[in-house]
Amino acid sequence: MSGLLKFITCGSVDDGKSTLIGHLLYDAKLLYADQEDALKLDSKVGSRGGDIDYSLLLDGLQAEREQGITIDVAYRYFTTDRRSFICADTPGHEEYTRNMACGASFADLAIILIDATKGVLVQTRRHARICALMGIRYFVFAVNKMDLADYSEDTFDKIKKQIEELKKELSLYSAVIIPVSATEGDNITKRSSNMDWYKGPVLQDYLETVDIDEATENEKGFYMPVQRVCRPSHEFRGFQGQIEHGTVKIGDEVRSLPSGEKAHVKGIIVADHSEESAVEGQPVTIQLDREVDVSRGCVIESGTDLKAADSFETEVLWMDDDSLTLGKNFLVKLGTKLIPGLITEIKYKIDINTGEHQSTDTLKKNEIAVVTIAVTEPVIASEFSKYRTMGELILIDRITNMTSACGVITKLEDGTKKRHYAADRAARSALNWQSPLVVEFRPFEDGTSVDEIEEAEFKLTSSGRHTYFYHPQSGEDYANVVKNLFEAGLIVLIVLDEDQKENDSLASNEHCKTWSVLRDSDKDVTSDQISAKIFQSTYSTVTLDKNNWII
Amino acid sequence: MSKLSHLDALEAEAIYIIREVAAECEKPVMLYSIGKDSTVMLHLALKAFYPEKPPFPFLHVNTTWKFHEMIEFRDAQAKKYGLNMIEWINQDGVKKGVNPFDYGASYTDIMKTQALKQALTTYGFTAAFGGGRRDEEKSRAKERIFSFRNSAQAWDPKNQRPEMWKLYNTQIHKGESIRVFPISNWTEKDIWQYIKRENLEIVSLYYAKERPCIEHDGNLIMVDDDRIVKKLGLKPEDIMHKKIRFRTLGCYPLTGGFESDADTLDAIVKETLGAVESERTSRIIDKDGGAASMEKRKREGYF
Repeated sequence: MSGLLKFITCGSVDDGKSTLIGHLLYDAKLLYADQEDALKLDSKVGSRGGDIDYSLLLDGLQAEREQGITIDVAYRYFTTDRRSFICADTPGHEEYTRNMACGASFADLAIILIDATKGVLVQTRRHARICALMGIRYFVFAVNKMDLADYSEDTFDKIKKQIEELKKELSLYSAVIIPVSATEGDNITKRSSNMDWYKGPVLQDYLETVDIDEATENEKGFYMPVQRVCRPSHEFRGFQGQIEHGTVKIGDEVRSLPSGEKAHVKGIIVADHSEESAVEGQPVTIQLDREVDVSRGCVIESGTDLKAADSFETEVLWMDDDSLTLGKNFLVKLGTKLIPGLITEIKYKIDINTGEHQSTDTLKKNEIAVVTIAVTEPVIASEFSKYRTMGELILIDRITNMTSACGVITKLEDGTKKRHYAADRAARSALNWQSPLVVEFRPFEDGTSVDEIEEAEFKLTSSGRHTYFYHPQSGEDYANVVKNLFEAGLIVLIVLDEDQKENDSLASNEHCKTWSVLRDSDKDVTSDQISAKIFQSTYSTVTLDKNNWII
Repeated sequence: MSKLSHLDALEAEAIYIIREVAAECEKPVMLYSIGKDSTVMLHLALKAFYPEKPPFPFLHVNTTWKFHEMIEFRDAQAKKYGLNMIEWINQDGVKKGVNPFDYGASYTDIMKTQALKQALTTYGFTAAFGGGRRDEEKSRAKERIFSFRNSAQAWDPKNQRPEMWKLYNTQIHKGESIRVFPISNWTEKDIWQYIKRENLEIVSLYYAKERPCIEHDGNLIMVDDDRIVKKLGLKPEDIMHKKIRFRTLGCYPLTGGFESDADTLDAIVKETLGAVESERTSRIIDKDGGAASMEKRKREGYF
């Protein structure tokens, strides 16, 4: 008996997820008799007209049966001779990605279905990425509908190659690839005679034997986030929570974080009886030998290197129908702590299809991005890779109460205290009601003249723009100067002479435009045209709410 | 990964959820329906806060058609553990004489769904624990552990809040409430194994015993009092005496029993684990209104 296995099935719509699990349950005779009756009955009106439609087992909601799709996670419970399973069957439609992510946060293993006639799709990549993001380490890629691909080894090999590339791209810990047919049952519970060329494991066998504990954790020490303080009388004060890692014994010296105060463990109650010690996963009540500052949201620990932080780099999945606007307030839930906070920066979003990093200042539903989250006071937090529980968080919209995003911490940011109270480029330019911009002029080749540029600057300042006309001397480190002016939120008009070579750091600033690129080629170059063009290009994109940007 | 046994892991998950609600929700209540799932829920609540008593009341919605043995058991448990047990009866329904024989599906709506809504609104509870399990029925299988109800107490299955890891979002607006299902991930088998392991007291109706009963619409219905005799115009010869027991408990005229010799906990567990019919077959209300009836009732506020 290898213990309970929680797994998720996902993949694009129509890849046959529900059918696969339905078949698994049906073949393994895991259905209760009346469920089987209901299934046959439903099939008369179902999409397969008479044949058993296994997907009806799982698509439980009325809307889903009508539309023939799965919109929410369905949980199924079954036991074979070798193992107990909880299966989260999740929706394939992109629109319902957040429901799929719920299932992923719950599971230890993911079965990702791929239609053999279609290969790896964007949605396959999205699901694999989200599963990896939510901490799943074990993957089964089931290449389904092999019956429709003539059980062809060539087709399978081509898809296998795509999957192996995906495995590498997402750094998946473990991935097995199995050719199956969910409607016909090939390689689901029994080895298929249609695919002699396949020598790997059959799906059910693999699920029954895979050892998920083999992925030994790298967490060290003991820690327990405090859920509540138990005070039935003046004589008793205990701290209740679930041990997330390690062991605690009576007499152990522990610390309460974030205060750092130390005390010894005087009593341990596991559920409702006293014990000498308690282990990971158990719900406990811990009594300490002296008064220590402990309340909900604190962490009791020993031997960890957990620490407090008020800013963390986090990889998030945006789940809200409303897009993210920077500066919006949220409640952040991390461990047992609920605290106000906000996304201060979107470092980049990740293109699901290519894995490419793209800069953006908003996030739409189902997008994945790396952001910086700041909270109003230091809380115990950790990189997800170090202490899982302290690295998971959700963002709750304070107006709608929606769970807008979930994410895992990738890095605690240092020196955040100082940064919080520092203004930044966005704030400075917002106060000036403009977007900063650097325009590079080369009068010897772009048709401008120094006089016209100076005049254009004058016109811009007359219109309320905050500018700086800069004509550096030969040999001056102008790139550095420009960078500082830009950070000050200013519009910089820099004039370079022929002997000033194109400077890499200037060119790499995405906010730096050369005049020849910025100009409208059909218009004459005049100071009016220059100032009008720059004016248009520097409208403010940020609305500043001083309650929001300083926390 | 947890190294706990299957049952220990389920117990830990439920206790975690119960504590989170007590810590974050303003005015929680635990629904208590007297059955085996409620017995497990009560036991988990006692464990979750020990040595403190559960810091919330318990609510029993009484349709007035419950088995006598259920009510006796409820009162005995409340006394034994010193619980604040609230009983709620829809008095409008009583005045109108609403009963399971003449009112069909609207009986359940008036005496259960409406009664529950009345109680929650009257007391202003913001979170109500229920013993629903995802293995019971197809639409339950899709419900979150924290399930939100709008100010009309209705569930919107197409717009459930995402629920990630164990970071439960308990934020609600005024007038809204949450249903919380701490034993969502338990199966019927887990419930029985846990009752056995923890040696929990359960209502005597679960044990086989010779009881007066009749056959009604293909179900074995117990004659628990005279009301059924009058309603159906039963004659003494209609009433059989059979050794029966119940797998689920509800209103006696709507709960089918079955013949059994299982009169010890061991025998019940053994019989249940070999069950070929899932448990709700014997609960008649699920079949009224076709396959989607449970989902419909829940949208309307049924627990």
